[in-house]
Amino acid sequence: MQEIRNYTMNFGPQHPAAHGVLRLVLEMDGETVVRADPHIGLLHRGTEKLAESKPFNQSIGYMDRLDYVSMMCNEHAYVRAIETLLGIEAPERAQYIRTMFDEITRILNHLMWLGSNALDLGAMGVFLYTFREREELMDVYEAVSGARMHATYYRPGGVYRDLPDHMSKYRESPWHKGEDLKRFNSWREGSMLDYLDAFTADFPHKVDEYEELLTGNRIWKQRTVGIGVISPEVAQQWSMSGVMLRGSGIEWDLRKKQPYAKYAEMDFDIPVGTHGDCYDRYLVRVAEMRQSNRIIRQCVKWLRENPGPVIVRNFKVAPPPRMEMKEDMEAMIYHFKLFSEGYCVPAGETYAAIEAPKGEFGCYLISDGANKPFRLHCRAPGFAHLSSMDTVVRGHMLADVVAMIGTYDLVFGEVDR
Amino acid sequence: MADLFLHQLVLPVAYILAIVVPLIVAVAMFVYWERKVIGWMHVRLGPTKIGPWGTLQAFADVFKLLFKEVILPAKANRFLYYLGPLIAVVPALAVWAVVPFDSRMVVSNANAGVLYLLAVNSIGVYGIIIAGWASNSRYALLGAMRSAAQVISYELATGFCLICVLILAGSLNITEIVNAQAGSKGFFEWFWLPLLPVFVIFFIAGVAETNRLPFDMAEGESEIVAGFHVEYSGSPFALFFLAEYANMILISFLSAIFFLGGWLSPVQGWVHLDAPGWINWLWTGGFVWILIKAFLMSFLFLWFRATFPRYRYDQIMRLGWKIFIPIAIAWLFVSGCMRYFDWVSVGVGA
Repeated sequence: MQEIRNYTMNFGPQHPAAHGVLRLVLEMDGETVVRADPHIGLLHRGTEKLAESKPFNQSIGYMDRLDYVSMMCNEHAYVRAIETLLGIEAPERAQYIRTMFDEITRILNHLMWLGSNALDLGAMGVFLYTFREREELMDVYEAVSGARMHATYYRPGGVYRDLPDHMSKYRESPWHKGEDLKRFNSWREGSMLDYLDAFTADFPHKVDEYEELLTGNRIWKQRTVGIGVISPEVAQQWSMSGVMLRGSGIEWDLRKKQPYAKYAEMDFDIPVGTHGDCYDRYLVRVAEMRQSNRIIRQCVKWLRENPGPVIVRNFKVAPPPRMEMKEDMEAMIYHFKLFSEGYCVPAGETYAAIEAPKGEFGCYLISDGANKPFRLHCRAPGFAHLSSMDTVVRGHMLADVVAMIGTYDLVFGEVDR
Repeated sequence: MADLFLHQLVLPVAYILAIVVPLIVAVAMFVYWERKVIGWMHVRLGPTKIGPWGTLQAFADVFKLLFKEVILPAKANRFLYYLGPLIAVVPALAVWAVVPFDSRMVVSNANAGVLYLLAVNSIGVYGIIIAGWASNSRYALLGAMRSAAQVISYELATGFCLICVLILAGSLNITEIVNAQAGSKGFFEWFWLPLLPVFVIFFIAGVAETNRLPFDMAEGESEIVAGFHVEYSGSPFALFFLAEYANMILISFLSAIFFLGGWLSPVQGWVHLDAPGWINWLWTGGFVWILIKAFLMSFLFLWFRATFPRYRYDQIMRLGWKIFIPIAIAWLFVSGCMRYFDWVSVGVGA
């Protein structure tokens, strides 16, 4: 009798569902996956090594590019690590701004996830709907930092500058004119906080729209319920965090358990799943978007009522205001020193973690007292999740692997670093 | 001799052209319409650049495909690789020989029209299987395997649905089947009413057979990239494309013919007016009605595509074997009873 062997299949790195550059070597028995072997490193850019060769502040921009779907959250972990070593704390208003932008980022990330996961499972419509709302939040990023993705907005000791008091408007074009143009610009008449107010008032209805297309959809449920079940024990063994852990029913969220920024003052809930399958993780993420929306509203309310400084007045760490520089020699010198040499961080080591949309994102930072980090290590949630791939997808069908990669919410910028 | 020449060569070729040319144009316009409709459903515009409102976009795409290089994968079987798209497209066009557009507007008014239809239509899947196997790619092979399993199981369901229609109509001739739906009670005379579950199954099975969302796992864009035609480019790819869309239009026409009274008017028997001939078709029936019905049915294809997620391979099998085929068989008996005990009066033709 002829021996029947399984065959291997190269899933990616050039694959529509590989979410970037995942290369998955699958050993298949017909349609069933016998073994999955994720290969990583195709997007390795040596971020950690690069950070060792430049002043602390110049690596903030690299953090955006790690998990390029949740930009400001990565920055947050990095600047918190530096702040801990320096022993400084950002002004209250900056903390609120960070909290707000972390949550905006969470919505951005979950929208991206929801859209691309739905697209992986064939529901094209949801993808375009989520990107419609992403666009509106991207405009907030742009308004505050000038860049739509790689903001580089957080600084050790606060944020780069205060919130703008106006939003940029659409100009008339062959596609946007008349009533359309008015509708597009109707949220943009006031300040950025007004804009966010309008957005957060509207956003829950948009989430309802996505849910209407997916949550009760029989096909969606058939594709996700009972697929890729991760038991709480397995989730902990693989050191999962974030939604992967909460979907399995473990209520662990750094925002509640080890509050940072202003999360202790915020009123929000942690959604938790029960079965640990793809459907639960979907529900948890959708519920998290609604919670983030609540947090943003609370931040907007506070920020409206409490103007103040957004960065520490410690010129060794943060640049002096431009007006002072024009007249004050001292300020001028500080500015020059800061942007050439940077600042020296006392020797020591620290680990600062935040609850990024994908899970626990942490920065382990060692300083030897120089103006550059001695060693920086980023703890990326996606890396820990991806390593469990083989355990989880074994015995599933090829189409389920796609669903699983989707709910892992992988971004290779942070896995490969 | 001249007579023979006319009847054996000129007229058949003219008939074929009269069907195929409008069909290909219809496919092109359907592709445009699909992109527009899905665009609107997705809060975007769809094609706008080529021609007025982008109407010529489909033609631009066709010419682009025709001028592109045809790439033969290194270890592909050359003969089968090129045979695949031909086998897919020829039946997709040949089926139209027995499709009537009006009471007298049909190329071949064959007595066993439905049999011909089923026979020719089921050849098309060989094109997909051969293409998937000949490309010598694992993704393509998976797509071919999936497609073979899917089409076989759904063709059974389609077959049972058609038997129900045949029982009520009492004929295998497609024109007769439409005439059997004529009567005095407007659109309540059509077969969708007594055969409602069968109608639904027939259309869904049709969607599955044409490999469209939510049953498109033979292509499965995000799983097996493009399935059976992943290695195809240029004009062979265009042939697959043409076959798929011609089949979609065919399923729309067949649903209209078997269950929605073909060219019959929805107000047949209700409105009696003396009006000039050019407006008469509104209540006496005419080919415009079948076009309208087919257009509405084909719109469903696009709607499905814009909204639904994709089924998994084994789930499609389960849906076909455990739900559709049992229901279709059960309704076979019901429609037999309808006929035997005269529960339904079938049109003037019967």
